[in-house]
Amino acid sequence: MLKVVNLTKRFGGLVAVNGVDFSVEEGEVVGLLGPNGSGKSTVMNLISGALPPTLGEIDFDGQRIDRRPPHRIAKLGLSRTFQLVRLTPSLKIRDNVILPLAFGVFPVFGREAEKRADAALEQVGLAGRGDRLVHDLNYIDQKRLELARAIVTNPKMLLLDEWMAGLNPTELRAAMELIAGLRDSGMTILLVEHIMEAVRALCPRCIVMSAGTKIADGSTDTVLADPHVIEAYLGKAHV
Amino acid sequence: MSKQFGILAFVVLTAAMAALPFGIGEYGHGVLVGMMSYIVLASAWALFSGPTRYVSLATVAFFGIGAYTVAVLADHLPFGAILVVAGVIGLGVALLVGMATLRLAGVYFVIFSFGLAELVRQLITWFETSVTHTLGRYIFVEITTVQIYWLLLGLAVITLALRWWIEQSRLGLAVHAIGDDETVARHAGVNVTGVKLALFAVSSVLITLAGAIQAPRWTYVEPSIVFNPTISFITLVMALLGGPGRMWGPVAGAVPLYFLFEWIATRFPDQNAVILGLVFVAIVFLVPGGLLSLIDKWRARGSGEQSHA
Repeated sequence: MLKVVNLTKRFGGLVAVNGVDFSVEEGEVVGLLGPNGSGKSTVMNLISGALPPTLGEIDFDGQRIDRRPPHRIAKLGLSRTFQLVRLTPSLKIRDNVILPLAFGVFPVFGREAEKRADAALEQVGLAGRGDRLVHDLNYIDQKRLELARAIVTNPKMLLLDEWMAGLNPTELRAAMELIAGLRDSGMTILLVEHIMEAVRALCPRCIVMSAGTKIADGSTDTVLADPHVIEAYLGKAHV
Repeated sequence: MSKQFGILAFVVLTAAMAALPFGIGEYGHGVLVGMMSYIVLASAWALFSGPTRYVSLATVAFFGIGAYTVAVLADHLPFGAILVVAGVIGLGVALLVGMATLRLAGVYFVIFSFGLAELVRQLITWFETSVTHTLGRYIFVEITTVQIYWLLLGLAVITLALRWWIEQSRLGLAVHAIGDDETVARHAGVNVTGVKLALFAVSSVLITLAGAIQAPRWTYVEPSIVFNPTISFITLVMALLGGPGRMWGPVAGAVPLYFLFEWIATRFPDQNAVILGLVFVAIVFLVPGGLLSLIDKWRARGSGEQSHA
């Protein structure tokens, strides 16, 4: 589904992502882990097209997508959420969700789009809120809305950038169930997450980055026990 | 308000506006032309700048291009053909400028758009003084003031109808999303650069035509007359007063401000610029969301609930 080869991103002198290779198979849920500043979000931004890579190649669903603008990548069936919630507050809640439908590969607009948007809102727990404004939503509901916008087009692959950060335990449980439901429907998911409980529950496989390079890739239990990974998170003394 | 009623009200209003020149004299016709010109300018400006929030000060660049096209071609082509040529030139300049600048964000775009008007003016001045050796041209076109008014009214109808159509269509979602967060719009599949360019081009062509249509009113033009930056600022303030995010906002701002500015210009001709400046400042401080947003606030207070257009 997704194949990343020698992916590199330099910001001036800083190498944020340095020769990263990995692939994600169809239907897989993969966790992308690493300490703050290790380049996880940059990898997400390179895949979604928000940033152009300095070097390397990204293939998605059999097509090369590095160098493509994000609107063309989105049309191929790749959706994402953002590390800090990003919504369009001048549009009603329902219209936030209709936006990607109206500009998908097969544009849907009007009654049909409203129906599908309302179904997506219901799926994330925002049933009946479509006519309200974004400002009426609290933080968790804004995150829900962002997810509804990402899944309404029924994408082949979903990138979640710390989507579960900042939730309380009850909200976290609901959020994990939501993601599990998407996984069970066959959606391929790559998620950046710091909440280990969620990673262990949702991701059979993890990739770990540190200082821009990949340091581990494998089954979640093995990877989290890897001395290199522990060193990257906690320092040498703990190995 | 139902859609049918809205369309009917629009048709009735247009007919009433078309009948306005009957029974008033030549001075009244001139006033009507001025008012309708600013209705077009403010509405066309807001077509692009309202939802996308790209503040453009290039209004007078296109307005002047329209007027100057008429000045150059008046003796060679019928007026209708000149309008077509002016529209095409406006479109060409808008696409060229748009491709170069719509990637600029925020204040850089404002500065550039202001500079563009000055650049066009200087280019034409240079061309006229060093190539044709005539700074200033006379325009003789057989057209009455009332006919100019009707043409501008038609242009205003086209501008408002376009805005209405955009707000109804998926393009409306895209432009509002662009105004909020371009990254979100891109990731939702919107070709942000394409949408901005298209909207900027349409807006610029309408402004160019507004300049071309009323060029015959001047009889004599030179760059300093038709490229007067005050036109850009007045257009901007009118749209801001009414609220550029809504279809009728610019109209609601243009009509009262036009009469206010006319009154100021005749009453205090020497302090004109100072008073204009004070009005600008007052609008930004007192009605930051535009006049039409006040109606929403009153309604919200009445029903105890927030409403949204």
